[in-house]
Amino acid sequence: MDIPETLRYARSHEWVSSPEDGVVTVGISAFAQDQLGDVVFVELPSVGDEVAAGDAVAVVESVKTASDIYAPLKGTVVAVNEALQNAPERINESPYEGGWLFRLQADDPAAREDLLDADAYRSVCEEEA
Amino acid sequence: MRYAPHTEEDVRRALDAIGVASVGELFADVPAELLDPELDLPEAMDEVTLMDHLQELASRDDARSPSFLGGGVRRHFLPAVTRHLAMQSEFVTAYTPYQPEVSQGVLQATFEYQTIMSELTGLPVSNASMYDGASAVAEAALLAIRATRRDKIFVSRGVHPESRDVLETYLHALDAEIHVVDLDDLATPVPSELGDAAALIVQNPNHLGRLETMDALADAAHDAGALFVSVVDPLSLAILRTPGEVGADIAVGEGQPLGVPLQYGGPHFGFMVVSEALVRQLPGRLVGETRDVDGRRGFVLTLQAREQHIRRGKAKSNICSNHQLAALMATVNVAALGPHGLREMAEGTVRNAHALADRLEREGYAVVRSGPFFAEFPLRISRDARALRRDLQREGVRAGLPIPAEYGLGDAVLITATELTRPSDVDALVAALSAVGERAGEVAHG
Repeated sequence: MDIPETLRYARSHEWVSSPEDGVVTVGISAFAQDQLGDVVFVELPSVGDEVAAGDAVAVVESVKTASDIYAPLKGTVVAVNEALQNAPERINESPYEGGWLFRLQADDPAAREDLLDADAYRSVCEEEA
Repeated sequence: MRYAPHTEEDVRRALDAIGVASVGELFADVPAELLDPELDLPEAMDEVTLMDHLQELASRDDARSPSFLGGGVRRHFLPAVTRHLAMQSEFVTAYTPYQPEVSQGVLQATFEYQTIMSELTGLPVSNASMYDGASAVAEAALLAIRATRRDKIFVSRGVHPESRDVLETYLHALDAEIHVVDLDDLATPVPSELGDAAALIVQNPNHLGRLETMDALADAAHDAGALFVSVVDPLSLAILRTPGEVGADIAVGEGQPLGVPLQYGGPHFGFMVVSEALVRQLPGRLVGETRDVDGRRGFVLTLQAREQHIRRGKAKSNICSNHQLAALMATVNVAALGPHGLREMAEGTVRNAHALADRLEREGYAVVRSGPFFAEFPLRISRDARALRRDLQREGVRAGLPIPAEYGLGDAVLITATELTRPSDVDALVAALSAVGERAGEVAHG
C-alpha cells in the first residue's frame, strides 16, 4: 500500500502535505481511492471558503457511492484542483500528485502534527481493509 | 404482508432515541379536531346501489360544457390513442418503479419523456418529471441556492400565486429570502437591483396571460450572477422561443397541457429541465441510455449519487419519485401529435383566445390588454369574482378564475381559451354573462 512517509493523514482518509508558508495541500489516500472505485465526479469547495477541521468541504463521487471529504485542519481554501472537473480519474491514477483536491491556508499549521503519521495511518487502513 | 413491520420493541426504541413518550405525541402539532374528525358519512350501500349512485354523480359532469377556466391547467385535445396506450396495464402504476432496471419499458418511456422535454425547452437535461408545476418552481429555487451558494430568490409577481405559496413553504426552514418583483418592475429589468440573488424566477406567459421579455430578464439575472429560472407553459413552446433560446438556466412548469386530463385538479405532473452545468444539482430521477454486456440498447437510472438512497440527508432533494403515469400520458400524447400537431394546438389556442378577447370587447366588456398573450387574459367585472363564477356555473358555463387583489385589477377574472373552444362556447359565455346581469360597459377602464 502506497502511504508516503512525508504526509500526514486523517482517519477519514484525507492526506495533508507539509506546510509551505502555512499552506497545505489536501487529497485522498491511495487506499481511499481504491475503496471508492472509479471516480466520476468531484465537487470542490470555493476559493475563499473558511472551513473548520471536520467540515465536509468536498464530495468525491464514484461509480459506487458519493463520499464527503472533510477539512483536516481549520483554515481558508486558497486553491482548488480545477483539472479534476474534466479529469476526475486523476484521483485514481495519481492520488498524491495530480489528484490533489484543494489547498488550505491553515490557521494553525502546527495542528497538522496532531494528525496520523504514515505508520499510524497504515494501521487504520489495515483495520478497514 | 405488513408494509411497515416494526415490532413494539422497535417502536419503543425509536421513541426512546428521540425522547418522545408515545407515537401520538409525534402528532401533537396537529389540531385534535383534524386528527380524529367526525366523518359525516352516509349509510353503506350494496354494490348495485353504489354503482347507480356513482353513475348518477358522473352523469352530472359534462366534460364538454363550455369552459373558460385556466391558470395553468386547461382542457386540450387528447386523442384516443393517448388514453389507449397510456392505460396499458404494463404502465398503469401511479408510481415510479423501484428496482427500476427490471422495468425497461417504463425506463424507455421516461427516456423518451426526457428527450421530449429537452427538445421542447431547448435545454439539455430533463429529469424524469416532478409532482406538479408549483413544487417544480420551489425545487428550482433550492437548486439555485445550492448552485450559487446565495440565499436570495427574486420571483416575479407573474408567477402563479399558488406556486409562490409553495415556494414560501419550501424555503420556510432555510435561511433564504424571497423578494417578489412587481410586474411593472419586470418590464425594465435592472441587474443591480437583483443584488446578490441566487435566482430570478419569471413565468411566461405570466399569471395574467401576458408574455414577458424573457431574453432581457435572463441577461439581467446573469449580469447579477444569478440563475434565470423560466416557468413556462409547455404547449406555448411549440410556437414561442424556448427557455434555452432566451438563455434560461432552468425551465420548470406544469405539464398538464401536454396531455393529461383535468382530473379535478390533479394528479398532473411538473417538469424540470436544466443546463449541462447544473446536471449534478438536478433533483429527482434521471434515466440514461446505455448498452448491456451483449451490446444491446438498455436504460438505467443514472447520476444517482444526487439522490436520497445514496446520499441520505445530503441528497439534492427529498424527491425520490414522480407522477410517472401522468408524465407517461404526456409522452404518448406528444409523440402521437408530433411537432406539427403541437404547433396546431398552440396556434389554435392563440387564435381562439384572441378571437374571444375581441368578441368580449365588441360586446362592451372590459378586457385588460397589457401586452401580447397566449391563452388567457384578465376581464374586469362588476361583482365579486367568486360570485360571478357561481352565477355562470348556474348558466352552464365554467368561467371566472378570480384574479387576486395583489394584481391591482379590482374585481377581475382570468378568461382562458384553447384550441377546443368552439364558437358556440363563446356565444354561450356572452349569453351567460348577460343572463346573470353582468352588463357590458359597466366597468370603468383604467
